[in-house]
Amino acid sequence: MAKLTIQAENCKGCGLCVDACPKKILRIDADVINHKGHAPAQMTDESRCTGCGFCALMCPDCVITLER
Amino acid sequence: MIATNRPHAMTAAQTHYCPGCTHGIIHRLVGEAIDALGIEGRTIGIAPVGCAVLAYNYFNLDMTVAAHGRAPAVATGLKRANPETIVFTYQGDGDLASIGMAEAVHAAARGENITIIFVNNAVYGMTGGQMAPTSLPGQVTQTSPYGRNEAQCGLPVKVCEMLAQLDAPEYIARVAANSVKNVLAAKRAIEKAFRNQVEGRGFSLVEVLSTCPTNWGKTPKDALKWMESDMIPYYPLGVYKDRSAVVTDRT
Ligand SMILES: Cc1ncc(C[n+]2csc(CCOP(=O)(O)OP(=O)(O)O)c2C)c(N)n1
Ligand code: SF4
Ligand code: SF4
Ligand code: SF4
Ligand SMILES: [Mg+2]
Repeated sequence: MAKLTIQAENCKGCGLCVDACPKKILRIDADVINHKGHAPAQMTDESRCTGCGFCALMCPDCVITLER
Repeated sequence: MIATNRPHAMTAAQTHYCPGCTHGIIHRLVGEAIDALGIEGRTIGIAPVGCAVLAYNYFNLDMTVAAHGRAPAVATGLKRANPETIVFTYQGDGDLASIGMAEAVHAAARGENITIIFVNNAVYGMTGGQMAPTSLPGQVTQTSPYGRNEAQCGLPVKVCEMLAQLDAPEYIARVAANSVKNVLAAKRAIEKAFRNQVEGRGFSLVEVLSTCPTNWGKTPKDALKWMESDMIPYYPLGVYKDRSAVVTDRT
């Protein structure tokens, strides 16, 4: 099974991972603010993650780590 | 197994790039190519003047910065003085296609055994989004508030098409950083551009279409869409020259 980690403190909240995810299980939660002042990406349903890595591929900030 | 992570050739530093700016994706692809080829200990990168001027903070490599546009000349010197070193430049479109056009064209014409990563975001990003030689016809920028006017400003420079006319270059390709499919193709092209140098094949340039959400006045997502709808049709993706290939593949 794929294990996805988002380093929320380093995320710039750009949302490119959210759009890249075919399963639409990532989202930006505007109510959470990290130390940079950005609303980071969050995983909403880990059980549906296929480990495709599209999110990490489109992340400009190397914030997403995928172990599979 | 960690499938996707920060490449070893990159430092842990957080970049200064704006949210969603694809400079970050292109940095990662350069780092992945250096990792894949195992050349981290012998690679020198040359940062440009432009948003990527601080690239030396982001790569675990010996790095230097050239005066605006002069990176290919600096690369020529570094490579000729120490041919075992792998030398790459990372240059924006203002840097390479405007003030540094002469250095880029002549390095290509001499067939220098160097690798150029040419990041075309159709504006001068660092200085606030002025019109670049690569800005599209009609494109609104800081210095073309009514859209780039052909009668006044001429038409964009298509760097790959132009350099592919020269005999000496080994590999000239244009890719884009706007979708999963295109980023995967960009990864292959960048790795090839480095491998060519390792194999002593000669001058390789990869133009990567990149976004500047901040100066385009778009969200990161809309910037990727604009690249697909407006930029890629004007700057077709593909391999423009590949002396090692029997058939040129324009996908
Ligand atoms: C000799 C010189 N002329 C002009 C400048 C101002 N300047 C700084 S960056 C830049 C253009 C940057 O645009 P580009 O190369 O496209 O890089 P981007 O920021 O878009 O990645 C200019 C004109 C300078 N620093 N030095
Ligand atoms: S690995 Fe694939 S399925 Fe899982 S979150 Fe990332 S893009 Fe979505
Ligand atoms: S692509 Fe990266 S920086 Fe952007 S929101 Fe997703 S995790 Fe954050
Ligand atoms: S100004 Fe444009 S090119 Fe520079 S970091 Fe911001 S989005 Fe990227
Ligand atoms: Mg630019």
